[in-house]
Amino acid sequence: MSDLLSLSAVAARAALESGEISAPELTTAYLGAVEETAPLNNYVAVTADRALEMAAASQARIKSGEAGLIEGIPVGVKDLFCTAGVVSTACSRILEGFTPTYESTVTANLWREGGVMLGKLNCDEFAMGSGNETSAFGPAINPWQGGDGVDLVPGGSSGGSAAAVAARAALLATGTDTGGSIRQPAAFCGIVGMKPTYGRCSRWGIVAFASSLDQAGPFSRTVADNALMMQAMAGHDPKDSTSADAPLPDLMAALDKGVKGMKIGVPAEYVMDGMDGEVVALWEQGQAWLRDAGAELVEISLPHTKYALPAYYIIAPAEASSNLARYDGVRYGLRVEADSLDEMYAGTRAAGFGEEVQRRILIGTYVLSAGYYDAYYLKAQKVRRLIKQDFDSAFETVDAILTPATPTAAFPVGRKVDDPVTNYLNDVFTVPANLAGLPGMALPAGLNSDGLPLGLQILGRPFDEASLYSIGRVIEDAAAFSAVPQRRAGGAS
Amino acid sequence: MSNLVEGRTGEWEVVIGLEVHAQVASNAKLFSGAPTAFGADPNANVSLVDAAMPGMLPVINQECVRQAIRTGLGLKAEINLVSVFDRKNYFYADLPQGYQISQYKQPIVGEGVLRLDMPDGTTREIGIERLHLEQDAGKSMHDQHPSKSYIDLNRTGVALMEIVSRPDMRSAAEAAAYVRKLRSILRYLGTCDGNMEEGSLRADVNVSVRRLGAEFGTRTETKNLNSLRFIQQAIDYEVARQIEIIEDGGEIDQETRLFDTSTGTTRAMRSKEDAHDYRYFPDPDLLPLVIPQAEVDELSAALPELPDQIRDRLTGEYGLSAYDAAVITEERETAAYYEAASAGRDRKLVANWMTVELFGALNKSGQTLADCKVTPAALGGLVGLIEDGTISGKIAKDVFAAMFESGKDAAAIVEEQGLKQVSDSGAIEVMIDEVLATNQDKVAEYRGGKDKLFGFFVGQVMKASKGQANPGMVNQLLRAKLDG
Repeated sequence: MSDLLSLSAVAARAALESGEISAPELTTAYLGAVEETAPLNNYVAVTADRALEMAAASQARIKSGEAGLIEGIPVGVKDLFCTAGVVSTACSRILEGFTPTYESTVTANLWREGGVMLGKLNCDEFAMGSGNETSAFGPAINPWQGGDGVDLVPGGSSGGSAAAVAARAALLATGTDTGGSIRQPAAFCGIVGMKPTYGRCSRWGIVAFASSLDQAGPFSRTVADNALMMQAMAGHDPKDSTSADAPLPDLMAALDKGVKGMKIGVPAEYVMDGMDGEVVALWEQGQAWLRDAGAELVEISLPHTKYALPAYYIIAPAEASSNLARYDGVRYGLRVEADSLDEMYAGTRAAGFGEEVQRRILIGTYVLSAGYYDAYYLKAQKVRRLIKQDFDSAFETVDAILTPATPTAAFPVGRKVDDPVTNYLNDVFTVPANLAGLPGMALPAGLNSDGLPLGLQILGRPFDEASLYSIGRVIEDAAAFSAVPQRRAGGAS
Repeated sequence: MSNLVEGRTGEWEVVIGLEVHAQVASNAKLFSGAPTAFGADPNANVSLVDAAMPGMLPVINQECVRQAIRTGLGLKAEINLVSVFDRKNYFYADLPQGYQISQYKQPIVGEGVLRLDMPDGTTREIGIERLHLEQDAGKSMHDQHPSKSYIDLNRTGVALMEIVSRPDMRSAAEAAAYVRKLRSILRYLGTCDGNMEEGSLRADVNVSVRRLGAEFGTRTETKNLNSLRFIQQAIDYEVARQIEIIEDGGEIDQETRLFDTSTGTTRAMRSKEDAHDYRYFPDPDLLPLVIPQAEVDELSAALPELPDQIRDRLTGEYGLSAYDAAVITEERETAAYYEAASAGRDRKLVANWMTVELFGALNKSGQTLADCKVTPAALGGLVGLIEDGTISGKIAKDVFAAMFESGKDAAAIVEEQGLKQVSDSGAIEVMIDEVLATNQDKVAEYRGGKDKLFGFFVGQVMKASKGQANPGMVNQLLRAKLDG
């Protein structure tokens, strides 16, 4: 039943409501897709039994008229989310076999709204990476292939999430975005990814990478599906002190508002040396689409953009070095036994953390050390404030900002893994939104000459996700992106 | 009173500053809902947050914030309407997060002051530098198993107030008085139970010595002292040790030291060079703590009367000495007892009876005021009998001893035992005449100029009256008979 897999979540909801399809049918189709796409290594745990139970329960609620927002929709969960009774490892050896007794607020919200859990999705270890290549479970593979047929990365850190949705192995999936970890993989996999405003989604129960930057968000194949999932997962949570007590508007209603009269900023500083010509061309195309739909395009300046990446790679590792101190072998996860406490720590953390995680812990420890704190951490925080001010003043004149999502299309697995700095450059367009706490959406806008998807990014004012969905819908319609990845489920038939 | 310490080469001034860790009186921990009750089974009071499970986040307990504000107000300190929680990073098995959430650069309470009334009648003002909120760590037990350590996380995350003094104390006695006074204020406020044996109040003691008028010397910090006696012992030991080193031509190492309760000595724990780099930074899981001024005002208005206020009333209105007033007001219960006992009586006399007889008897019997059988009204009644001349002060001591034993009223005891003072001049004169008649020789000696014998006659008369004769009248009548 490959046509079940091509339904959008919105369409599937309608078909479920009308009785055209059943929740167990849809879930069974997706479990088949998960199996079929197993070589992509997108799932690190499949919860088939639970999925079928949840689907049956959804079917009952649909029948009794108690359906939630995403009732019966199969959802994949990034392994960074703690899920009760289901192994949750952040794709790290140090959490090997760790099964929480608690459910993250975001996933609890999704289940409350009727979502059906398919399993846990591959990601970079502790969400640290831009290619899903640092995972203890090995790399997740992008369902898109270039002309030469080599395996491509799906992006990261939420690589498994983006790849699974693109490959029709999940209808929706959760991701987290600390420096672009939702938007970059969405762009690499040709789907829609939203990083909401910092504070919009609860961080409770999500393995922390960098607390002041981490934010959960939805992956989907359409803008409308994205709004639907966002509506289900967001909300104030008193268990997260940084969760915002801000009302969530009706995002579905924002979809058809259009962009007439909107001012869209185009930042001069986002034209970078060595940028792919095709990326620039697509960006200009995006501007033209919005202009044609009645928006006013305005050139703006975000003068501190070039400092965003260095500031990010100080602040994020600093917070991570402290957040990851709890993985010490004392209470849960991996423990390497030794004769002294210090040796146990050293043995456990050396064996449990991969190279990239260790690198960031060392960087973070260094920048917080006495004598370096002012020169690195404090200065990075100042830069962060300046970047926020750049956006604040831009949003005095524009309603949203349009940029490319990534400097390039997806790259081959293994290509850049030995060069951390080049890898970090993947985040150049996405990091500023995390530093400023702004919402950002990436969505597919076209293919490059290798047939790989390229994405655009829309940034908005704090808590104005609604405008991003209005703009995203206009671009989606104009781009009419209909290409599908080669290695999707049902693709061979 | 000079606080200077005599060394071989001259006098030294002692400089002491204290960091007191006071456990906030609250039902739940600082950032988790786990209970704080003392004495639970190991690891019974541990939440997912306390155990630092993946993805767990701290949420501030507002009652702990209010307790810190109340304490700040009680210390006449400025309340910082914006304060910041930082992470103090270090690895230890009983620190699950790998960091302690504390306040580093922006504490909730700023500068304040604490007044000490010393036994010699002098008053000292000790500066409070700051008060901040922080999490307690868990407990490691190394003696439960031959090769393993056991960890109890019940204390993990319990709210502490760290109260830092200025280096304003100049003797171990002042340091002890400071802790007593601080404990007293905390208990009046109800913000800390002050129970030192259970670890609710512990002090780190910073000590240095210098020549009078010189710059501060290098200090050492002795950690985790949980009794007034240990605080004084540790200071005395440190002072002697430091003076000896300097007088021998050595230098003091800035270091952290541990106190050995069995020997009363301190030993080095770690030097400045080995000091942890705690990598403090603002906790990104918590927003800055913002307190509305209205909340401070509300808490301020609801503050109970504090020992200094009562003490000022006791010295100002009742004429008590500063030290007596300070002793009486140290505990709220004692102050209330005094107020009740002294109402309508000679205030100073009641104060005297409380601080000398009552406290002495309590001390001796190991009782507290709460167990004491002598009610405030009964003590007041006893003083009343002295005031109206029914009994003498001397007899009153015996009456008090009986009251302390039985809990009976003074008047009842006096009645039962026939202890009423004899103020009938005729009866006293009869006794005097008898004493003079049986001591003719002494009378002659006295009249011959041996004035000192007057005391002998008084003693004999009092003895004859079984102590019940009014001593003032005995004096007066005896003098008239002998000299007249």
